[in-house]
This record gives sequence, C-alpha cells and structure tokens, in this order.
Amino acid sequence: MSALTRLAPWTYGFIAAVAILIIMMVASGVGSLGSVLSTALIFGAISVVVATGQMFVIATGPGNIDLSVPAVLTLSAYAAMTAAAASGGSALVGLVVALGTGMIAGTLNYGAILALRLPPIIATLAWSFVFQSVAFNFGGEATLKPPAALAAFTSFRLAGVQIMPICIMGLTAVAALTLTRGVWGRRALAVGQSEAAAHFAGIRVKRVRLVSYVLCGGAAGLAGYLLAGFTGGAALNMGDTYLMEAIAIVALGGTSIAGGQANAVGIWGAALFFNLMGTMLNTFQFQAGMRFIIMGALIIAIVAIVPKPKVR
Amino acid sequence: MSDKRFRLSHGTLQLLLSAGALLIMLGAIFHVQPNAMSYFGFTLLFKLSMPLVLAALAQMMLILLGDIDLSNGAFVGMVTCITAVWLDPSPGVAVIAYLAAIAAFVAMGWFTHARELPSIIVTLGASFIWLGIAITVLPSPGGTVPGWLTGFTGWRPPLLPMPIWVALIAAAVSQWFLMHTSFGTLLRATGGNARAVQKAGWSLSRLRIAIYAMAGGLMVASGVLLSGIITSGDPNVAPSYTLLTIGAVIVGGGAFVGGRVSPIGTVLGALTLSLAGSFLSFMHVPATWQIGAQGAILFLVLAGRVIVDRRKLA
Repeated sequence: MSALTRLAPWTYGFIAAVAILIIMMVASGVGSLGSVLSTALIFGAISVVVATGQMFVIATGPGNIDLSVPAVLTLSAYAAMTAAAASGGSALVGLVVALGTGMIAGTLNYGAILALRLPPIIATLAWSFVFQSVAFNFGGEATLKPPAALAAFTSFRLAGVQIMPICIMGLTAVAALTLTRGVWGRRALAVGQSEAAAHFAGIRVKRVRLVSYVLCGGAAGLAGYLLAGFTGGAALNMGDTYLMEAIAIVALGGTSIAGGQANAVGIWGAALFFNLMGTMLNTFQFQAGMRFIIMGALIIAIVAIVPKPKVR
Repeated sequence: MSDKRFRLSHGTLQLLLSAGALLIMLGAIFHVQPNAMSYFGFTLLFKLSMPLVLAALAQMMLILLGDIDLSNGAFVGMVTCITAVWLDPSPGVAVIAYLAAIAAFVAMGWFTHARELPSIIVTLGASFIWLGIAITVLPSPGGTVPGWLTGFTGWRPPLLPMPIWVALIAAAVSQWFLMHTSFGTLLRATGGNARAVQKAGWSLSRLRIAIYAMAGGLMVASGVLLSGIITSGDPNVAPSYTLLTIGAVIVGGGAFVGGRVSPIGTVLGALTLSLAGSFLSFMHVPATWQIGAQGAILFLVLAGRVIVDRRKLA
C-alpha cells in the first residue's frame, strides 16, 4: 500500500489502461490486441483533445468548468463541414473554421461569466443551449460529409502506425510544456491556487481565465473537426458523450478539480483507460445496464483511491 | 443608506425578479391565447412543472451543502422505472426499492464527505450507476403505473389547478422548514460554516446524511409524480433535469458557496424554466430555435441579478 500511494496521481490512468489490456489479452488472445489498441488510440485521441481543453479551464480555479463543450464540438463540426464543402472540399478551410468557431464560443462563454457575473456552470450551460440551436439550424438532421483529405488523414497509417493520435500526442507535449514552462501556464495555475494572491502578484486574472476558455473552445472545435473526419461527417448529438467523460478523464488524469494543479500527460492514460474499458465491456457482452453500473462504480472508485494531487 | 427602511432586502429583490420573469411570460402567453387564462389552461401550462419543482428542491439541498448533484436527472429516471415496473403489481417491492434508492444516495453522499471527494465527480459516476440500474430494471420505456397515481396527477382540486397547489405547498413547506425551524437553521449553517457547527458539538456526518436523505426522498417523489404524468417509466426521461434543476436553484437566488439558497426562489425558478418551453411554443418560435431561446431566457433572468447586485453594492 505504501508503494502504491507513492505513485504520482497521473500514472493511475496508465496503470488501469495496461491492466485492461492484459485482461483482454488473457481473455481473447494477443491477436485481437492490435485492432483493439488502434481503435482506442483514435477515439482516445479525440477524448484527449476535449479533455485537455477542459483541463485548462478547470485548472484556473474552483467552479471553473465548461459545460458547453458538446454543443461547441457539434457546432464547430457543422460549421467546418459546411465551410469545407463551400470551398470545394478544402480540409484547411474546415480546420480554420472549426478552430475559429470554437474560440469564438469560448470568448462568448467567458464574456457571459464576466458581464453577468454568473457561475461558469450556469453561463456555459445557457450558451450550450444557444450553440445547440445554431448547430441544429445549420445542418438539421442531415449528416454533413467531411472533405476527402480530412477523412484520409484521420485514418492514415504510416508503416502501420496511425498518424492522427501521434499528432495529438505532439499537442499534449505542447500543452504539458505550456503548463510547466510557459508563462501563461504558470499564471493559470497561480490563479487556480489563489485568485487573490495571483491578483496581488500582478497577474491579470481575467485575461488568464479568458484565454483558458478560448483554448477550451478551440480544443472542442478541433475535436469536432477530427471526429467528423473519422466518423464520416458532422451529426447532431455527436458531442454528447464528451462532456461527462472529459470531466472524469481530467480528474483521473491527475488534475485537481479544485484548480491550481494540472497534468496534461496523465490525460492520455485516463482517456485510453476509458476507451479500453468501453471496448472490454462490449467484448465480454455485458448488458447495457451492467456496463453503465461498472463504469460509474469505477469512476467513483478511482477518484477515491487516487491520492489527491498536491498543490506545489 | 438613509432610506434603508424603504429598501427591499436583497433576497426579496431576487424573488421579485424570478416572479417578474414568470409573470411576463404568462402575460405574453395570455396575450396570444386568452383561452389559456383558465383553470384548464394553467393545468396544461404547468403540468410538467410538478416533478421539476420537487427535483429542484432536492438539488437545492445539495447546493445548500456546497455540493452539486450531476446525477439528479438519472436518479429521477431510475425512480420512474421502479414505479412503472413494481408499483402497480407489488407496491411493497416498489416501496423497498424506493428506500434502497434513497439509502444508496445517502451512502454516496456519506462516502463523498468521508473521503473528501469532489461531489461533481462522485455524482457524475453515480449518474452512470443510476442509469445502469434503470436500464436493468426496465430496458425499454414502458411499463404500467397504477390507476390511483394517474388519477392523482390528473386530479382537479378545488380553487387552484393541481400544479399550482403543488408549487405553493412545496414552496411554503420548504421555506418554513429551512428558514424558520431550528433544524433548518442548523442545516444552513452546515453549508455555510461546517467547522463552526462541528465546534458547537453537532455531528457533521449525521447532518449531511439527513440532507442527502431529504434530497433522495424529494427525488423519489419527483420520479413517482413524473411517471404518473407520462403513465410509464423511461430511463432517459429526465436527463435535462440535472441542468434544469441547477438552473432553477441559481435563478432562484442560490449560490454555489454553500449555505445560501432560497426555497421559494427555487420553486419560482423551476416554474419559470418549465414555463419557458410552453412560452416559446405560444410565441411561434420555430422548433429548431426553441432550445436556443431557452438559453436566452436563462440569460435574461440572470441578467436581472446583476442589477440587483449593483443596488446592493450602491
């Protein structure tokens, strides 16, 4: 037990993910492992993008959370697919529009928090209703097809290795460096630890928080863009599963929900764990109800077992 | 400061705000459709508010404690499933299942505080558990509810329509209990300053268990009423409750700091949010824009708070 508690909180997701891989290997042989892992990597990568954005917001202090992520993800995907189709199938135009839509949404979120002095939970919730409506009017029930280049990129393999998850790992490295070495990252964590102290230290708290919401929106936009590319288009409700899951991933990844402490690398472990878990429960043919119960119990158990991240 | 006597208190102003929003929407509906201004019209307009009011009060109890319940909707959905499967053929089993559900909710709350876990994550995990149980009990929407229950939710009491009675009684009882009894004061103190309550010799875990038990009981009542209205059970009937109930508590003047909530405000908030849907239909807002317009209404009502807060600072 003492050896267990000495492990850093962010390693727990990786350990759990490896444990599931071993269970699956024992149960269904080494042969199926490759396809299981590659699916988990693709969907895990998209979860990582969403969760990393959410992590930046959560890190800036208690109460900061973005509930509009699913709506922003869907809206960005619709806007990007529409723009890409209008520009003759340009994947780049789609990417720019997706990021732009997400970042505008993030700005609107923080604008409402600031102007109406609302708790972030409520402000982002109210905006998510609006974003959802706009997305609905964009595409209606129809699925908007992704540009060919994007669809090809999301499933492109070089020597059997998927490129998209590798690119996202690069982004994770950038996010980790931003948090540990970047000026904005250090400021965001300082604000998360104590808003008053950060303010007296000369940090522009509002600007730091604004950037975190803009980053979160941009991340949701990117995730929507990639997901639309991989699953064959933008669809309503495509973002729904990414709200609760992303928050759980952030927490399991070693980020303190109270803010002031964040870990970008741990998100990968938690995201892989969640996606592998889903696959495993499917393979073992658990009833849908049982799958949910196990999933929920695991979230609670892991949060209870993982030592609380310490604020440095 | 000199005219202090003539100034309404901060809390009263916030109540007037939610009440004002409610009256404006009702006024607009009656302008478009004067027939709605009747016993029957009110019954229809507010029918779905009955379970929401109770679920919002449950959410309020947890926000009072400084917690938040992201499993509210899933729990209410689970109760509708229990009701649709057992209440008619074997009421005894149903009652035991209700009590077990409340006990599970209390256990979740106790665990959260014993291990000092963030309630946002624990209730998030619990929401999957409630949904899983609901799907196991009732895999697809359906089932039957006893005649007396549909009779009760469709009852036409004297003087006022049923939903209005429910809202009035819920508001009066919860306001009296939380604001005017010594136990209610103790509960508010637990949310506001737990250490002080502990120093004064009270058992914090017992008080928290009491709060979670009351919230669980309110959600069971909400789920039973809801299944009476929809005459069936459905695991996914109320996912929007989680967010609507949090919205109702905040619109009603509550805050996430713990210890600061308003029962009357919460009931008004729940009525406002459930009327918003009917209001938008009456205004002929296209279906695709209705949910966006609900967000806009939420903003408008909350924008009033800024003005109220300014006055307080002035």
